Amino acid sequence: MQLERLADTFFNLQVMQQYLPKIVEGFFITIQIALAVVLAGIASGLLLALVRAFRIKALNFFIILCVDILRALPPLVLIIGFYFALPAIGIRMSAWVATWLALSLVLMAFAEEIFWAGILAVPKGQWEAARSTGLSFVQTLTDVVMPQAVRLTIPPLTNRTIAITKGTALGAVVAVGEILYQAQTAYSFSYNPSPLVLGAVAYLILFIPVVYFGRWVETRFAWKR
Amino acid sequence: MEQLVHNFFNFEILSQAWPLLLAGFWMTVKLTLVVVPLGLAGGLVVALASTSRRRLVRWLVVIYVDFFRAFPPLVLLMFIAFGLPFLGFDPGAFIAVALSFLLNTSSYYGEIFRAGIESITRGQHEAARSTGLSVPQTMVYVVLPQAVKNVVPDLVSNTLEVIKLTSLASVVALPELLYAARQAQSLTYNATPIIAAGIIYLVCLWPLVRLLSRFEHRQIALH
Repeated sequence: MQLERLADTFFNLQVMQQYLPKIVEGFFITIQIALAVVLAGIASGLLLALVRAFRIKALNFFIILCVDILRALPPLVLIIGFYFALPAIGIRMSAWVATWLALSLVLMAFAEEIFWAGILAVPKGQWEAARSTGLSFVQTLTDVVMPQAVRLTIPPLTNRTIAITKGTALGAVVAVGEILYQAQTAYSFSYNPSPLVLGAVAYLILFIPVVYFGRWVETRFAWKR
Repeated sequence: MEQLVHNFFNFEILSQAWPLLLAGFWMTVKLTLVVVPLGLAGGLVVALASTSRRRLVRWLVVIYVDFFRAFPPLVLLMFIAFGLPFLGFDPGAFIAVALSFLLNTSSYYGEIFRAGIESITRGQHEAARSTGLSVPQTMVYVVLPQAVKNVVPDLVSNTLEVIKLTSLASVVALPELLYAARQAQSLTYNATPIIAAGIIYLVCLWPLVRLLSRFEHRQIALH
């Protein structure tokens, strides 16, 4: 009897069936934002790290400042700031863009730090040797240093990227129609937590393979000490 | 420019919102002081369990860790805050936050502690055991102190993430800093409280970010 009620509350098939299409819709929106964040965040982070390698003082000060600020602020504060505060000075963006922009900036900051750490990890002798063979600074950076640096950065970057893509759930707070938002809306319409269970399952389907991929990457590209 | 100052750096609004923000700030501090030690303790238990000789225990730990690492923390929080009442148990916002954070952060802290324990060579265990220390004594007096020392940067990094994560509590209406800022914004029709909350987070967490940067660069210097 107890068990039956429990099943009826958390695994109500009727409710689940009704809201499954919504959750599936949210599933694809989550994937969409996550991919957009990964692309924009890693590309811009790499670009910043490359710019930083030129060691132009004023520019580097600015990069470090931005990175520090983005690492210190909670992502949810950024999303809320973009969506609810910026319109006050005439900058309006959709909830989707606010979520994407906030998460991309956060990933950019972490990726920059990781790529920069990778660049620093390449011994100075590599720079000197490459330069002495007649390669230019840019050639040395792109053809000698970066290929080695990127290899070192893969495990920490993968883990950080996974952690930040899970932040797509924060979009629910500003009503982006991703999994959590759909589950939450369905929950309040039906006053039954089954959609939340469905949403949780959707996240597990999406992220368990990703977590395993992260584990695999960690062993595959382990730093050799 | 004037518009920017009026909407984002309005001191009149700030002085009105200040008591609310201050209350929110203390709630964030309180939450941090509960959630971080809980997560550390939970993580230590997880890590110790993963060194168990029983395969079943190790197996369960892996499932636990992967399960909660795959869940976005906000999903877990909502599930606990909205789902538990249906089991006849309404935990209230604070307990719901503490519980979901315990489940989430203990898996992350657990992985860090585990890496630390694994970094201690077999010889240390054997040497300690041969001096007559028991297995638990070896763990507590010999392995853990060195293990923890090896993973301090990762622990600090994760703690920074946990503190930032406390802002999620605003979603279940726990009146911490972000929630207070949003409330103040809707009361004053002005965005200054949100900017102020951002600045408060920044001022409090920047030292941690700087410390981490130092750690990271030192780690690289060792290679």
